[in-house]
Amino acid sequence: MSAEPQSLINVAAYLAGGIAMGFGAVGAAIGEGYTAAQANLSVSRNSENSGDLFKNMLVGQAVAESASIFALVIAILLLFLDHPDATVIKAAAFIGAGICMGCGAIGSGVGSGFPGGQACWGIARQPAVTSRLTTNMLIGSAVCQTPAIFSMVVALMLIFMDFSQAPLAPTWAALIGAGLSTGLAAIGSGFGGGLAAGASCEGIARQPETVGNVTTTMLVGQAVAQTPSIFGLLVSFILMFKSFPESTTLSAAMALLAAGLCMGFGGIGPGIGNGNTAEGAVRWVARNVTHAGELMRMMLVGQAVSQSTAIYAMVVSLVLIFVL
Amino acid sequence: MAIEGADIIKAAAFLGAGLSMGLGAIGPGVGEGMVAAKACEAIGKNPKEAGLLTRTMLVGQAVSESTGIYSLVIALLLLFVV
Repeated sequence: MSAEPQSLINVAAYLAGGIAMGFGAVGAAIGEGYTAAQANLSVSRNSENSGDLFKNMLVGQAVAESASIFALVIAILLLFLDHPDATVIKAAAFIGAGICMGCGAIGSGVGSGFPGGQACWGIARQPAVTSRLTTNMLIGSAVCQTPAIFSMVVALMLIFMDFSQAPLAPTWAALIGAGLSTGLAAIGSGFGGGLAAGASCEGIARQPETVGNVTTTMLVGQAVAQTPSIFGLLVSFILMFKSFPESTTLSAAMALLAAGLCMGFGGIGPGIGNGNTAEGAVRWVARNVTHAGELMRMMLVGQAVSQSTAIYAMVVSLVLIFVL
Repeated sequence: MAIEGADIIKAAAFLGAGLSMGLGAIGPGVGEGMVAAKACEAIGKNPKEAGLLTRTMLVGQAVSESTGIYSLVIALLLLFVV
C-alpha cells in the first residue's frame, strides 16, 4: 500500500489533533469538577458569602481551563494548517506534537483544581481573608500551569520546525520520543504543584497571619516539583535538535523512542511525590510557623530523595540517546 | 526497511530498558513523596524530635527506593549486557 507523503501527513495531523484534544480535555474537567464540588460544600457551609464563593470558583476554574485551551489551539493548528512542501518526517513530528500537548495538559488541569477548591473552602471558613486566598490561589495555579506551557512550546516547535534536512530513519522516532518525554513528565509535575498550592490555600484560611511563610514554602516546594518536567523538556530538546546519522535499523529508532518513554514516564512519579511532600510541608508550616525552617529543610531533603528515580530515568534516557 | 533478527532483538532490548526505567520510576517517586509529606507533618507536630524523624524518613525512603533500583539494574542490563 503506497501512500503519498501528503496524505500520510494529513493522516498524522488529524490523528494527532484528536489525541491532543482528547487527552487534553481530561485534566481540566477533573480539576474544575473538584473546584466546583468544594465550592458547593463551601456555599452550604456559609451561604451569606455565596457571591464571593461563586466568583472565586469561576476564577479558579478559568485558570484550570487554560491547559485545555492550549490543547484546543494545538488541535486546531494540526487540523487546519496547510503543509504544501512538507516531507514525510512531518507526520512523525505531528504525532509527537499531539501526544505532547495531550498528555501535558492532564496534570496541570487536575492540579489547578486543588487550589481553587481549597480557596473556596477557605473563604467559607474565613471570609475576611478572601482577597489573600484568591491571590494565593492564582499564584499557585499559575505555577501549576507551567508544565502545560512547556508541553505547548514543544508541540509548537514540533509543528513549525523544519525537519526536512534530517534523515527519515531514525529521526521519526526522535520526534515522537520528544513529544512523549515532555508530555508524560508534565503529568506528575502539574499534579504535584497543584497539591502544594491547595495546601497553601488551606493553611492561609486556618492561620491567616502565616501567609508569608506559607507562600514561600509553597513556591519553593512547587519549584522542586517542577523539576521532573524540566528534565523532560531537556530530553525533548536534545531529541529535537541533535542530528542523528541515517540508520535504517529498528534498534536505532527504538533507542530514541525508548529515551522519550523513559524520561516521560520517569517524570510522573517524582512529580507527584514531590508535590505530596510540598503539600505536607506547607500544611504544617501554617500550623507551626515557628518551626518553618525545620519544615522547609525536611521538605527539601525528602524531595531530593524522591527526585532520585527521575534522575535515574534521565541518565538511562541520555545513555539511550548518546551512547547507543 | 529490511528488519533482521539481531536488529529486532536490540530494538526490543532498548524499548524494554526505556519502559523498565520509565515505569519503574513512578512508584518510588510517589511513595517516597508520601513518606516525606508525613515526615513534615510529624515535625510540625513534634519539632523537638527532628533528628529521629529525619532518620526514620530516610530509612523508609531507602526501602521504597529498592524497586526503583531493581528497575535501573534491569535497564542497564538490557542496555549493555544482553
